[in-house]
Amino acid sequence: MEALLQYLSENISGYGQLPVFVQYLLPMLLACVLCLALAALFGLVAVWVERKVAAHMQDRLGPMRVGGWHGWAQTLADGVKLLLKEDIIPAQADKALFKLAPIVVFLGGFASLLVLPFGQRVIVSDLNIGVLYVVAISSFGVVGIIMAGWASNNKYALFGGMRAAAQIVSYEIPAVLAILTVVIPVGSLSMQEIVKAQEGGWLGIGNWFVFKPITFIAFFVYYLASLAEVNRTPFDIPEAESELVAGYHTEYSGMRFAFFMLAEYLNMFVVSAVATTLFLGGWNSPVLAGPAAFMVKAVALVFVQMWLRWTLPRLRVDQLMYVSWKVLLPASLVLVIGAGALAVL
Amino acid sequence: MQVEAYEGEDMILNMGPQHPSTHGVLRLELKTDGEIVQRIVPHIGYLHRCFEKHAENVDYPGVIPYADRMDYIASMNNSLGYALAVEKLMGIQVNERVKTIRVIVAELNRIASHLLSIGTYAMDIGAYTPFLHCFREREKILDLFEWTCGARLLYNYNWVGGLSHDLPDGFVEKARQFLKEFEPVIVEENNLLSFNKIFIERTANVGVLSKEMALSYNVTGPNLRGSGVQWDLRKDIPYCGYETYTFEVPVGLGKFGSLGSCWDRYYVRVREMEESVKLIRQALDRLPEGDVQEHVPKRVKPPKGEVFGRSETPRGELGYYIISDGGTNPFRVKVKSPCFTALSVLPEISKGQMVADIIAVIGSIDIVMGELDR
Amino acid sequence: MKTAPEILQVLQDKFPGKIIKSDMSVIDPFAVVDAGALLEMCVFLKDDPGLAFDSLMCLSGVDYKGLKGEAERIEVVYHLFSMKHRHAFVLKVQLPRENPSLATVETVWAIANWHEREAYDMFGIRFEGHSDLRRILCPDDWEGYPLRKDYEQPETYRGMPARAAKQFVEMANEGLEVGTNPFKAG
Repeated sequence: MEALLQYLSENISGYGQLPVFVQYLLPMLLACVLCLALAALFGLVAVWVERKVAAHMQDRLGPMRVGGWHGWAQTLADGVKLLLKEDIIPAQADKALFKLAPIVVFLGGFASLLVLPFGQRVIVSDLNIGVLYVVAISSFGVVGIIMAGWASNNKYALFGGMRAAAQIVSYEIPAVLAILTVVIPVGSLSMQEIVKAQEGGWLGIGNWFVFKPITFIAFFVYYLASLAEVNRTPFDIPEAESELVAGYHTEYSGMRFAFFMLAEYLNMFVVSAVATTLFLGGWNSPVLAGPAAFMVKAVALVFVQMWLRWTLPRLRVDQLMYVSWKVLLPASLVLVIGAGALAVL
Repeated sequence: MQVEAYEGEDMILNMGPQHPSTHGVLRLELKTDGEIVQRIVPHIGYLHRCFEKHAENVDYPGVIPYADRMDYIASMNNSLGYALAVEKLMGIQVNERVKTIRVIVAELNRIASHLLSIGTYAMDIGAYTPFLHCFREREKILDLFEWTCGARLLYNYNWVGGLSHDLPDGFVEKARQFLKEFEPVIVEENNLLSFNKIFIERTANVGVLSKEMALSYNVTGPNLRGSGVQWDLRKDIPYCGYETYTFEVPVGLGKFGSLGSCWDRYYVRVREMEESVKLIRQALDRLPEGDVQEHVPKRVKPPKGEVFGRSETPRGELGYYIISDGGTNPFRVKVKSPCFTALSVLPEISKGQMVADIIAVIGSIDIVMGELDR
Repeated sequence: MKTAPEILQVLQDKFPGKIIKSDMSVIDPFAVVDAGALLEMCVFLKDDPGLAFDSLMCLSGVDYKGLKGEAERIEVVYHLFSMKHRHAFVLKVQLPRENPSLATVETVWAIANWHEREAYDMFGIRFEGHSDLRRILCPDDWEGYPLRKDYEQPETYRGMPARAAKQFVEMANEGLEVGTNPFKAG
């Protein structure tokens, strides 16, 4: 955002004469619009990519007709369809919570876009507590899921909501501990600092945290925990389609359902972007450093998430809890101690 | 009917007739304490189409399309059982060509049925991809059937005394080609699904059916063999010339977890597909010449009497109890459906399991509501 | 493995006078037994090590009405099989058509529970001592016993028509107007 402010004040004559709050308001609004555009566009493209990836893994073709070339406009068409659907709210549902839930879930992912470092100066706000902010805000989504489950007045939705709460809260801990193993060597919570600490190195990528001993394992711990955070298979119990019809979003239709889907894909992007920033060097790259490199890495991680979804079966609730508390948590504790030891020595 | 006292903590969850995983219209009333299921009451009859009453109003060959529609996934085996029973009653001996073709189509249908069962089971557990791989192979089998008798799913193929259509020219080559393409797919599915650690954790030690309970509840077919009982009608009371073929009967071994778990039943089906491939190859090799309608009587009028004929369908032993009064219509046709007996075990084997496990158990019993409700 | 006459002999020795008639010459040899002795006989057939009928293959109800030369009755037919010895046998019990009732064998073979529910649903046979005798295939509040020969379809069920509507072909042949016309009222 600083970059935007600088750009505007240099290129628009008379910018300095505007009232101060307007001078700051304009870049903020612009950044907000850009983030929204990114969220929406990413959702659009990600749904299409998921359908194509799923199709090719299942030995079929996927969308082929809408828009001509390989059905690229399929999501657009679906979005329009969902917009035009009747807005059904169950009679006994808690109306206020029902309407609020998708927004809260979306908010959890959207607000995290604030601190993602896309490039050296392409970041909305380089908070010096960037990592803490991301962790805190992404937990917002759980509240929305529980609201959706409760407000639907439907036993299946309630089941889904409860399962989601248990799952996400349990997996937060190994995820945060894995993040800590990166924060300790860098010594700062700011996202840009973490990216700068991964500059240079052998072949331009040697300093990435994923190639260093402790953080190598922490990367996998974080990736697995983040899969559970975003409710993706093998951890997609809350929306286990074949068991609970559709889990916490059973009663949602039309644009509200679209919001849930958008939120899910946005969350996928956010956790992949955080993993890229922390472990894969952020926007550093031997060739074409900057936003392009960042997006390539984040999208690659999103692709791996999709790959896992269409390959693996689903874990049962208690097995999920077992993995979190008895496997990932001890592993991440050991890693944090190891990272601390390495930093001291 | 007694009304039970309803404690405050328990929840009555209805897995209603419309549900993605109940394999048809089955209603399960679950009484759960959180995630643990304490009691299940299955309610069936949503697909009851009065097969037994219809059978009394049509003539003997006219019952065969109705019989197809009971277990619509393996309908060659349904009509085979009926045709064998009536032939036993009338004393008709069919020729070798008819017997061999009957074995070929019955085993092809067994593969198709098991593919569907495995694919949908995987989908219930959460792995979406094997479903499409299995259906791709099933399409090839259905294409073969469509070429032979014009129908993809409900064939009216096994007639009393013979078959409705002979195999077309080139069927043997196409069938051999299908078998060649199919064998690597079983290996691929084993790598993808059967020995996948997550799948094993979901299915081993779940829904354990002991041998004694299986026998008492008259569970048959892969469900019984999954519990370790070596019993297959094709080997023990052979029909249609099965005694002249070499094949094995796979039995659950308790490789992962207790014997008689969902994994055992699932794996028995996978192995049965491999054995069916062997059977089809042998039958294709020895296919003799002949006229498939040689012994089809002009009017099917069995003498007064009754017969109980059983055959081994992909889901178990299908029994037809046919009473003839000497006329052209049967007097009574009672069907003993294998899925009926298999589902009756469900309340016993799912006590104390979680809701997610119930899905796994139902999928592993492999029920088709058409056959259950008739 | 015992032959059917041998099994019949064992039964006759153990339960003298309870076997009303039998026929060993048909495809599935059967014995018609006295309704009161059925449960005892089934327990014996299952527990006796020489017979060991551990599997109830099928439990059927049959309504004999309108058949020339046969008395009007409802029969319950038990097809028994022994997995151990590989022999089969058929027991039949004859009951009057009004209020047929019989002891349950669900304590002997657990599958009889569901089979007897179906016999009750379709024929109206009451099984004494059954733990949960209610309809299984028809809805719980259905009236009538469908597989009886004199069964009449009810006109309505809970307000919905329960009979097949007249076929359009029949209506057209009678000269009635068939189908719907969007331009006509009513």
